[in-house]
Amino acid sequence: MVHTKIETRNFLKGMAFLSPWLIGLATFLAIPIGLSLYLSFCNYPLLQPPIFIGLRNYSHMIHDPVFWTALGNTLAYAAMALPVGMIIALGAALLLNSKVRGLSLYRTLVFLPSLLPAVASAMVWLWLFNAKLGLLNFVLRKVGVAHPPAWLSSPRWAMPALVLMSFWGIGNTVVIYLAGLQNVPRELYEAADIDGADGWRKIRHVTLPCISPVIFFNLVMAIIGTLQNFTAPYIMTGGGPVRATYFYTMYLYDSAFKYLRMGYASAMAWVQFLLILALTGLAFWSARHWVHYQGR
Amino acid sequence: MRHSTCQATLGTRRRALYLKKTRTHLALIALGAAAIIPFLWTLSTSLKTNQAAVAYPPQWIPHPCRWKNYFDLFNTHEYHFLLWTRNSLFIAALVVAGTTLSSAIVAYGFAKIRFRGRGILFTVMLSTMMIPFPVLMVSLFIIFRWLGEHTGMAWLGTFKPLWVPAWFGAAFNIFLLRQFFLTIPDELSEAARIDGCSEFGIFTRVILPLSKPALSVVALFAFLGVWNDFIGPLVYLQRADQFTLALGLQSFQSQLGGTSWNMLMAASVLVMLPVLVLFFLAQRTFIEGIATTGIKG
Repeated sequence: MVHTKIETRNFLKGMAFLSPWLIGLATFLAIPIGLSLYLSFCNYPLLQPPIFIGLRNYSHMIHDPVFWTALGNTLAYAAMALPVGMIIALGAALLLNSKVRGLSLYRTLVFLPSLLPAVASAMVWLWLFNAKLGLLNFVLRKVGVAHPPAWLSSPRWAMPALVLMSFWGIGNTVVIYLAGLQNVPRELYEAADIDGADGWRKIRHVTLPCISPVIFFNLVMAIIGTLQNFTAPYIMTGGGPVRATYFYTMYLYDSAFKYLRMGYASAMAWVQFLLILALTGLAFWSARHWVHYQGR
Repeated sequence: MRHSTCQATLGTRRRALYLKKTRTHLALIALGAAAIIPFLWTLSTSLKTNQAAVAYPPQWIPHPCRWKNYFDLFNTHEYHFLLWTRNSLFIAALVVAGTTLSSAIVAYGFAKIRFRGRGILFTVMLSTMMIPFPVLMVSLFIIFRWLGEHTGMAWLGTFKPLWVPAWFGAAFNIFLLRQFFLTIPDELSEAARIDGCSEFGIFTRVILPLSKPALSVVALFAFLGVWNDFIGPLVYLQRADQFTLALGLQSFQSQLGGTSWNMLMAASVLVMLPVLVLFFLAQRTFIEGIATTGIKG
């Protein structure tokens, strides 16, 4: 009896402390998610009430060429930016983990760009990529490229340009790798030294397995991030030229706020969410084969 | 004889080590240069006259050095940068205060009070971190629009959609703070309880003062998030005089349409400036904060 009384009191206390989050969960998460799911089965041009149309939004997607373009662009971007970005970040972290003078300065330099507002970074690269006056093409001409690409105004080079730019913002991934590298037990390297392992073997058989949980974390974050890319292409190319950089989230945004197709946009949001879930699920599934947790 | 070969190998080994260090240094310099040059170039352009900005071949050191560009951003009537800065600071202050306070309260509940259902709720909270904003964007817009039509209090076209949700705890920050609160020994809370402290009193008088490092990480991330946010203001704000700096910068750019690179770069530096200043003031908090996100995750 006394026991349950304390339990009830603790429960009420717990609820009291959790109440801000519980209220927020209901208002800003549960209701929007429910509404979004319902609207994804509706035709809702915003100015008239929603009309239930079943799965028509979803079937429309299959026959919508713009949807496939946007999805294809997003996946192509992810396929380029994600693996290369992960490798560059890991390489940078390994370099920044060596013991030489002036490391803290280099760490600061590498880390800083990732903190900058995406809008400001977009402006910086808009200027760097400028076909006629940009610094990048100036350097390319200097080293002998007579006709450097027009980058953002070229249908062929706009996407690679965005990928290239994304590498400027990998600083926080580097910092997370670095923290992982600093946690690798020194005894393991000493043991590898005794066994006569060279630098590359130490990385392959000691470093990588030890930081595999960190690699996994960065992979999941990168999947979630790259599949939602919006700000840079929205500002720098507006999706062009000829939809070469029209990303999924941009089409979602346009569907909702430009064409006022709220139902269709909701359906697109759900497909995007399921895609992210599927890909992170795949990452989790594959993790069993390559992620090693120490002492767990 | 043997002695000298020994010295010779020592010499080669030292030379090999030296070579390796030089290679590392060169690679680090290249890395650092790649990171800083885009920013230096922006800074340089922002201090040039428009004519010098588009000169070809480009010049690195602006001559004459035109600080006036920055004053023009604020003083010229056609730009709203003063207003936008004020808007951004106002929203940021409310978001930072709201997120930090509410996340700490909720984190205390998760860390220090034992009650039935806590584990399940904690799992629910962690899984909400997976939901991407685009999924919520459309329906949140509709809800705020509906609220404006049915309660007589406008939401769309005001700052409220940008800061009110921050007062209901942010999953990631709750998680971060809960991990920190767990490291504070329960004996301290017990001692305060015996002295007649209420649960909320323990939270404010025992736990919060001990959690300043974690609270500053949360506040810092909250600031970065709101200062850098583009899509939120893009969806919810309507009139140019309500824009945040991020949104204002974008509208400034689309008005310029590829002219006045010097002014555009000055405006970009202005938007980056608070982040840079904060970074140099609290560099360790930043790096430790980001590092913990990866390790604990």
